[in-house]
Amino acid sequence: MQQTVAAAEFLAACALSRVDAVSGFARDGLLSSQEVFTQQLVTGLSNGMIIALIAIGYTMVYGIIELINFAHGDLCMLGAYFALTVVGALGVDQWAGTGGIMGLVLVLVGTAAFCGSLNWSINRLAYRPLRKASKLSLLVSAIGASFILVNLGLFWGGLPMDVFADGTSSAAPKAFPALVSAAPAAQIGDVIYSRTDLLVLCVTLPLMVALTYLVRFTKLGKAMRAVAQNPTGASLMGIDVERVIGASFFIGGSLGGFATVVYSLYNQTVSFQMGYRMGMDAFIAAVLGGIGNLPGAVLGGILIGVIRSMSDGYLEARWTNTVVFGILILILVFRPSGLLGAKLREKV
Amino acid sequence: MAISSKRITINLLLIAAVASIPVIEKFVPLGLHISDPMTDVFVYAILGLGLNILTGFTGLLNLGVAAFAAIGAYVFAISTCEIYPFQLGFWSALGLTMAAGALAGFALGAPTLRVRGDYLAIVTLGFGEIVKDVLVNMDSITKGTQGINPLPPPTLFGHELGGSGQYWLFMAIALLVAVGARSLERSRIGRGWISIREDELASRAMGIRPDHAKMLAFATCASLAALAGALTASRLSSSGEPGNYDFQISILALCIVIVGGIGSVRGVLLGALVMVGMNSIVLVKLTELMGGSDAAPPAALAEAHGLQWAFLFVKTWAQNVLISPTNWKFLVFGLALVLMMIFRPEGILPARGAKEDAPDGDEGTGGVTGGVTGGITGGGASSVAAKELRP
Repeated sequence: MQQTVAAAEFLAACALSRVDAVSGFARDGLLSSQEVFTQQLVTGLSNGMIIALIAIGYTMVYGIIELINFAHGDLCMLGAYFALTVVGALGVDQWAGTGGIMGLVLVLVGTAAFCGSLNWSINRLAYRPLRKASKLSLLVSAIGASFILVNLGLFWGGLPMDVFADGTSSAAPKAFPALVSAAPAAQIGDVIYSRTDLLVLCVTLPLMVALTYLVRFTKLGKAMRAVAQNPTGASLMGIDVERVIGASFFIGGSLGGFATVVYSLYNQTVSFQMGYRMGMDAFIAAVLGGIGNLPGAVLGGILIGVIRSMSDGYLEARWTNTVVFGILILILVFRPSGLLGAKLREKV
Repeated sequence: MAISSKRITINLLLIAAVASIPVIEKFVPLGLHISDPMTDVFVYAILGLGLNILTGFTGLLNLGVAAFAAIGAYVFAISTCEIYPFQLGFWSALGLTMAAGALAGFALGAPTLRVRGDYLAIVTLGFGEIVKDVLVNMDSITKGTQGINPLPPPTLFGHELGGSGQYWLFMAIALLVAVGARSLERSRIGRGWISIREDELASRAMGIRPDHAKMLAFATCASLAALAGALTASRLSSSGEPGNYDFQISILALCIVIVGGIGSVRGVLLGALVMVGMNSIVLVKLTELMGGSDAAPPAALAEAHGLQWAFLFVKTWAQNVLISPTNWKFLVFGLALVLMMIFRPEGILPARGAKEDAPDGDEGTGGVTGGVTGGITGGGASSVAAKELRP
């Protein structure tokens, strides 16, 4: 009998602790002011633009071969390691003035080329042999590729270089040097707009414009749209489908390369495990916007960035992942086509 | 197919060989100590057999099976640990754990019945992350990252079991689960699952209710995963921290199923031996042989030039990471998945009929992936957004 009472008390305590937690969130919410809100919004938008750029990589690949490219986040992680290696080997962080800007451009373009080529090669080695296999075999292969990339990141972190802290603990997170000065670019009220915020805009916006141009107005873009609609039909029209798929992987990967440099500059630390988180955020963004839909990926990325930052600010940071994954599940269950995606089509 | 007496003999011999490992280790000091990691193999075999029911038989890919193991471990811990008011015995807690696991399986399965194919895989992945985070964050109940301990060891008829006793008990449970899975596969329910995997629409037309069958598969999978979690918790006397039940474990379970032979019970047992053996026997023993994974003393890279520098650079790098075999773990998992998918999608010990049942419609390499593996698309029916790439 006593045990039953104790058990009941325990369950009641569990229920109460939930109520406590919820009311705690509400209290925190009341305390914050307009400035805090705007600051969180700025951070959220900046992170959101980065997520959007990575999400485009997911959505392009999904639009064309219906593969959730699980390795995309880890590709970006390797990109960050590549950028860090370039910075360390050339001493880019010591370049001053115009040289510094040139160095930044060099790192951005180099990483983009690296990630693009790597993504192209992964497609060639791990996905292309499975073109006729089931979608889930392809997904399993992508998960395998992701694990291989994670392991390569672990190896890479052991390089005996200064930027990797001599590589003595390869698994530890590495500090990414600040190539952009930490001084604020502008301050309105108490809200600080940092130079990295500015950098995010300067990198992401032109790329998105360029991509829109590419997909809408060039011959390659037309071919990509055709392959996305109907690969067989496209190949009958004389389009080299494999070449188009390869190009999509390259473009998606290089956008991820740009994004990962900006991400590393923004968050100032990289680790071999960051790809999973980055990849999940971007994938959730792509699904939220409607996977296969490029403007949807951007919208989704911005929304996820803002939701994350608001959740960090107003709930608790430790619940942020739960919130984001909860959103993912709700979308997939109730509106799998996302916000901007087309209507569901049931294949029989 | 009738079970031939030859087959029974082989199976019995194999069981006897595996069962004799602790005895041999006791009397023949080889210094290998593999009975401990072998107990892990049994637990992972149970996890793999559970996943096999959902992914292998029914064709629903689950990337969050570790979450069910976590739920199992924590339910077991809360119902037995002395700091909580329940303090059940080992076996009743195990029963409760399996029931709770089944319930969790229903909870995930019910709302996701309409989610198919790769989207379902992502939902299960998200579920796994949420469970992990909730276990960390609800620290007033779950003790957060400390985990719950101490827990009572496994008992049998009132006796607490030590190392070898646990080995035999876990082996017996794994065998029981394997036999159960085999009988389920041949039963009406199991044939229903397989027919859903092959073609959901056709099986519906034949009078099978896919929703019921899928829910049942979810619950069975979750219940077995919870059992595996509870057994580990009991063996380690701790629920472990929630971070232990992460995506890696789910992928290890998936590797076990895929490498062994998706949909094949014997294959899953072999897969558990191969993958867990690789992970906690081969890599660990190699690391021990090489004298641990201490980082190398900083080499005099600054003074070296040219070839000597390159040599020193590579040498230091190798000493930093490459030399430690445990650092190759992800590479082994990853390669296993990619290579199996490309060269032998039906696994080492394929399920019967895995190759012959290739779907007719596929051309080219479609035939190789056919049957069971082709079946994990969820019967070819997919509900995804209409394909598009809109600028």
